[in-house]
Amino acid sequence: MLLRTAWRRAAAAVRAAPGPRSEAPARGLRLRVVDNAPQSAVPSDTATALEVESVLRPLYMDVQATTPLDPRVLDAMLPYLVNYYGNPHSRTHAYGWESEAAMERARQQVASLIGADPREIIFTSGATESNNIAVKELEAAIQPDTSLVSVMTVNNEIGVKQPIAEIGQICSSRRVYFHTDAAQAVGKIPLDVNDMKIDLMSISGHKIYGPKGVGAIYIRRRPRVRVEALQSGGGQERGMRSGTVPTPLVVGLGAACEVAQQEMEYDHKWISKLAERLTKKIMNSLPDVVMNGDPEHHYPGCINLSFAYVEGESLLMALKDVALSSGSACTSASLEPSYVLRAIGTDEDLAHSSIRFGIGRFTTEEEVDYTVEKCIHHVKRLREMSPLWEMVQDGIDLKSIKWTQH
Amino acid sequence: MAASSRAQVLDLYRAMLRESKHFSAYNYRTYAVRRIRDAFRENKNVKDPVEIQTLVNKAKRDLEIIRRQVMSLKSTPAVGMVSRTHIPRTGAALRNLYLPGSSSQSLPYSSSSSSEMT
Repeated sequence: MLLRTAWRRAAAAVRAAPGPRSEAPARGLRLRVVDNAPQSAVPSDTATALEVESVLRPLYMDVQATTPLDPRVLDAMLPYLVNYYGNPHSRTHAYGWESEAAMERARQQVASLIGADPREIIFTSGATESNNIAVKELEAAIQPDTSLVSVMTVNNEIGVKQPIAEIGQICSSRRVYFHTDAAQAVGKIPLDVNDMKIDLMSISGHKIYGPKGVGAIYIRRRPRVRVEALQSGGGQERGMRSGTVPTPLVVGLGAACEVAQQEMEYDHKWISKLAERLTKKIMNSLPDVVMNGDPEHHYPGCINLSFAYVEGESLLMALKDVALSSGSACTSASLEPSYVLRAIGTDEDLAHSSIRFGIGRFTTEEEVDYTVEKCIHHVKRLREMSPLWEMVQDGIDLKSIKWTQH
Repeated sequence: MAASSRAQVLDLYRAMLRESKHFSAYNYRTYAVRRIRDAFRENKNVKDPVEIQTLVNKAKRDLEIIRRQVMSLKSTPAVGMVSRTHIPRTGAALRNLYLPGSSSQSLPYSSSSSSEMT
């Protein structure tokens, strides 16, 4: 196997290398090779190359945070990074014309994925900017009878699918604007802005195997939804978002949308199969595991499990070979349990014990099996160390305990 | 132009699989091989020659994409993924992660890792 050969070569190189490196031979070969680089007394390129080759990276199971680029998307973007690098707003030469043509083609690809007209798509720097534009619109148009409903299509923490079509129906009958942040849903579940009566939609590139730093906002034209520009300048994107449109990024977004449209059914089948495998295996091997979120209205690729009597952060640290998260990446710096879990009524202790498993287009069965095996092993080990678990095994009801205050 | 024959389709299938195995990234490689197999399998009973030709043309374009990407990603360092060398024996799995003969005490998280060596 390639990996074992790489290991043996690296091992030989390390043993052969002189001086300071021989004190801690293993350190240079793990993920921490990055730390060692500045103090390494061995400057040779071959040693570094071997180190890099033999570095093992964790499995990636955090697709809700971000996704890798699909090779087809990269293939579509490269020419616009290398050869066709014109500004799409330059009207006087071929560089500008071809760049503009690519931008409009991408716009059509995005529109086609959600059943919109290309004139209703404005490119932005991401779903966050799109959300801000949509909500600012409310402030600009506030009147007694105007309001905005803003709902996430698929929740990024527990994977629950909101009843968008029903909400859209209600909003349109009450003449209320309806915005949805579809970052986690676009390209994964079928969306049609006309069937679901959506007025504003936020789209994110890097959640659908496209590049980071780009997104789009869908703004309905009939009936007209007026938005106020967040960013003023040269009047690009119909005056709603000034700034040079980054052609390579939007080409990537368009390609990602086109690939998603073609692959939606296949991906959904694969992801559902892997999700079922993961949850069944874990739930059959471990007691006291709760899946957060409505099991019926659920996007299979986002599985949020609470392991009772195990602290979520320690489980994450233990599962160091798998890139996972407990709760959303945007709040990962704080120690508060997820507001989503609190909102669905999860107990405090269970909220602290939750882990989110993300399964995507490129996830393999092998990766799922490995994750499951490690997860079961570590949960069992952590529970063995837990006094709460011991008490539960002895039949004590934890809710009846009076914890003394010191 | 004659429509693509069975032999040509099979050649294309083999070429695509062969090329896909050269992706250095584990996730791209496994996805490409799986997707190609499933796509050809799914369409194996298509009879309409026009439809067959459309599918073959798309496959040829995809083959070009794979070739270009395999080539352009060749210079990216090949990094291994943790699970490649082992399933399901936990002890063997962890031994592969560390240099044979190294002392685990010098590594981070060593207390948890040494307890896994069953």
